[in-house]
Amino acid sequence: MIDFLFDYATLRVVWWLLLGLLLVGFAVTDGFDMGVGALLPFVARTDIERRVAINTIGPVWEGNQVWFILGGGAIFAAWPALYALSFSGFYLAMFLVLAALILRPVGFKYRSKKEDPVWRARWDWALFIGGAVPALIFGVAVGNTLRGVPFLFTGDLRPIYEGNLFGLLNLVALYCGLVSLAMLVMHGAAWLAMKADGVVVDRSRAIGTKAALATAALFAGGGALVWLGVLGGYRVTSPIDWVGPSNPLGKTVVADAGAWLANFRAYPLLWLVPALGIAAPLAAALGFLANRPGWTFVASKLGVAMIVTTVGVAMFPILLPSSTHPGHSLAVFDASSSRATLRNMLVATAIFMPLILAYTAWVYRVLWGRVSEDSVKEAGSSAY
Amino acid sequence: MVDLLLVDLSRLQFALTALYHFLFVPLTLGLSILIAMMETVYVMTRRPIWRDMTKFWGVLFGINFALGVATGITMEFQFGMNWAFYSHYVGDVFGAPLAIEGLMAFFLEATFVGLFFFGWDRLSARAHLVVTWLMALGTNFSALWILVANGWMQNPVGSAFNVDTMRMEVTDFLAVIMNPVAQAKFVHTVSAGYVCAAAFVLGVSSWYMLKGRHVALAKRSFVIASAFGLASTLSVIVLGDESGYALTDNQKMKLAAIEAMWKTEPPPADFTAFGIPDLKERVTRYAVHIPWAMGLIGTRSLDKPIEGIEELVAKAEVRIRNGILAYDALERIKADRTDQAAREAFARSSADLGYALLLKRFVADPREASEAQIKEASWTTVPHVPSLFFTFRIMVLCAFVLLAVFAVAFWHTMREEEAPRWLFRMAIIAMPLPWIAIEFGWFVAEVGRQPWIIDGVLPTFLATSELGVYNLFLTIAGFTLLYGVLAVIEVKLMLAAIRKGPDISREVEAMFATTRAPARPLAVQPAE
Repeated sequence: MIDFLFDYATLRVVWWLLLGLLLVGFAVTDGFDMGVGALLPFVARTDIERRVAINTIGPVWEGNQVWFILGGGAIFAAWPALYALSFSGFYLAMFLVLAALILRPVGFKYRSKKEDPVWRARWDWALFIGGAVPALIFGVAVGNTLRGVPFLFTGDLRPIYEGNLFGLLNLVALYCGLVSLAMLVMHGAAWLAMKADGVVVDRSRAIGTKAALATAALFAGGGALVWLGVLGGYRVTSPIDWVGPSNPLGKTVVADAGAWLANFRAYPLLWLVPALGIAAPLAAALGFLANRPGWTFVASKLGVAMIVTTVGVAMFPILLPSSTHPGHSLAVFDASSSRATLRNMLVATAIFMPLILAYTAWVYRVLWGRVSEDSVKEAGSSAY
Repeated sequence: MVDLLLVDLSRLQFALTALYHFLFVPLTLGLSILIAMMETVYVMTRRPIWRDMTKFWGVLFGINFALGVATGITMEFQFGMNWAFYSHYVGDVFGAPLAIEGLMAFFLEATFVGLFFFGWDRLSARAHLVVTWLMALGTNFSALWILVANGWMQNPVGSAFNVDTMRMEVTDFLAVIMNPVAQAKFVHTVSAGYVCAAAFVLGVSSWYMLKGRHVALAKRSFVIASAFGLASTLSVIVLGDESGYALTDNQKMKLAAIEAMWKTEPPPADFTAFGIPDLKERVTRYAVHIPWAMGLIGTRSLDKPIEGIEELVAKAEVRIRNGILAYDALERIKADRTDQAAREAFARSSADLGYALLLKRFVADPREASEAQIKEASWTTVPHVPSLFFTFRIMVLCAFVLLAVFAVAFWHTMREEEAPRWLFRMAIIAMPLPWIAIEFGWFVAEVGRQPWIIDGVLPTFLATSELGVYNLFLTIAGFTLLYGVLAVIEVKLMLAAIRKGPDISREVEAMFATTRAPARPLAVQPAE
């Protein structure tokens, strides 16, 4: 029974699922932190309002960010070719993400250390950049992944990326950046509506309603772009060896507009995923209007998870298509680690992931309740 | 061909970001433990001053921790960004400890650090103590897995090259975890972090003592820091990293380079306390020797020889020649995947494949290398001797000065006598020493690993991403600017927090208002 789990083909699919789980985990947890950062100048105008907004995520953003770090580590361990190619290919975009994310920890920690309004205004900018820039760039990266990026492997499997930063900033990819920005703003607003107090909640609900509607509309529009064949589509044309060696040079792939819909056509039940990706943000919009913060946040979470999942489902079994050498595209069956590493990592994940989920849930429970202007004032210098 | 400017810039960026990250990590490692120890005293005795101490050092911990986390984000992604070939070539082995670090350690640390700061009023004292220890444990586990990864770069056990996937793959994961180099490095590095935190707490406490401020808090912190610092400094010296240096040819080469030992000496070898290594003539001038010391440090014995640079170069030459056979077999396999004879030939000499790759610096196809190129390549296995020679000695000197400071401080606290003012001054002056030793220690370990990125497996110059150098100029400038500004802000905040001092709770103030003179008068001046 256990043997079946450790079969190379199963391991590869399981690690594809875990990759999805990590990205969803990142998007639904650190996603609202980024959303709050992006919303900070709009939902909170005075210093105490900003402190309320910041302190709703103060104790948890750090743990949430580990989903991103772990995502990097897990891609390195389970999909080394993907790790090598994507981060070196998206080099300057990645630098921008890192620079923005570096501003966040220091922004949270240092902002309240001085009363000086100029000092605090600067850190508010840092927190805004730390939220908005990654939210946008992650979407741009997904857009480029769907379109395919120009790369090849040499015979030694040296990854060679043939594009540059400006190639990544194409209109279609920027559109995907807007989807993710709208989505994370919705999510951040849903969090603030649930955890903040007073005027911050009112503004979050107003912006959140619009962001949720925009998310649904933009995501549906993204579907239309896929339908029209503007947003990529690649298909593996050679027989797939699910237990073969991880060498991306042994297959043929063709660019095929609309191929990202093939999985949905083959398994119509999968249409539920993008359908929820539209319906859940709409439900979140209703939740904002009806002032049901708990339900709004759940709907927002579901929407974020389904939008991320849609991308994975559409592309399976391809991970990263090459636009210039489609045969060199990275796929689930030829870009993974060895069977031994996938197995070892699965064992480690099986041990630690339940622990992580358990203690994270406990921490959120301890921190249960709204953050208000009074509670921030009362906490004084021990709050952010 | 190899773009050496790209290689040098990639190395420069990694060194800059790693050295910078490592300004904050050691203090986090040690301070987390010290804080947890203070809070343990609080929970056991319920004396509120210990809670105030925990909170005060916690504030400084937090300022430092933020930058450690911020700069750590870069590290996790930089392998892929700048070292794409490396990432593909060894990700199967090297990626796993990084991922497990996230799963087992960083999640723990980052989740509980929030509660450490925000949980004082929401948790019982015991529950908060558990949170603090989990945070400290996470921090230290983190170091373990990072050093398992780094240890494998120094001594790549438990893995083999797979010709079908053109990369290194794990064969024995337990061997990777139990790698003796990794274990030695873990103990050494973590101890160094403890020394760093102890010197920090000792120095700041001494400053308060000299100023006569917050004496009750400073006195207790001084006692803890001196004991913790003494034990950690002994550990860092006795359990030095060099225990792993007898293991592989490249580790031996690192040792010989540190020692500027050009030729094998009869055991037990002398330690060269000082000298000027001459790269051209391959001799060390003006050498001052300490008999036997090197043999004892390097081999923990009196009869095992430590090999000299020239002998190790001769060995490397043999391995390069054998590696060419492996390279040839690999090329035949790439041309015809079913060639069984080539696969057998590869299996015989695959351990030396990396040595043939050294030739790629001079010739595209190692099989066409001339005799002169093979000789030249064998000498590239020697890391830069003078810089290793001096950085190692500065590191060791720092360690012994710190040992003296902690020993004197500890001796005074044990005798329960009034500590002299010069001791406090000395403790303040000694504060930068752990950082100097640690940064130089990193230099010795990683520059000493050159020319390899993975010892004997992959040369550094082959491991980079195929990036235009303008990318590197942009990001090096960007990181330098960003990190530079943040460093200035961090130091200013740290100094301001130290100058401001702890928030002493009312109950503690009341307690010390009635008993002005401390029971154990370590301080020379009463509180202002």
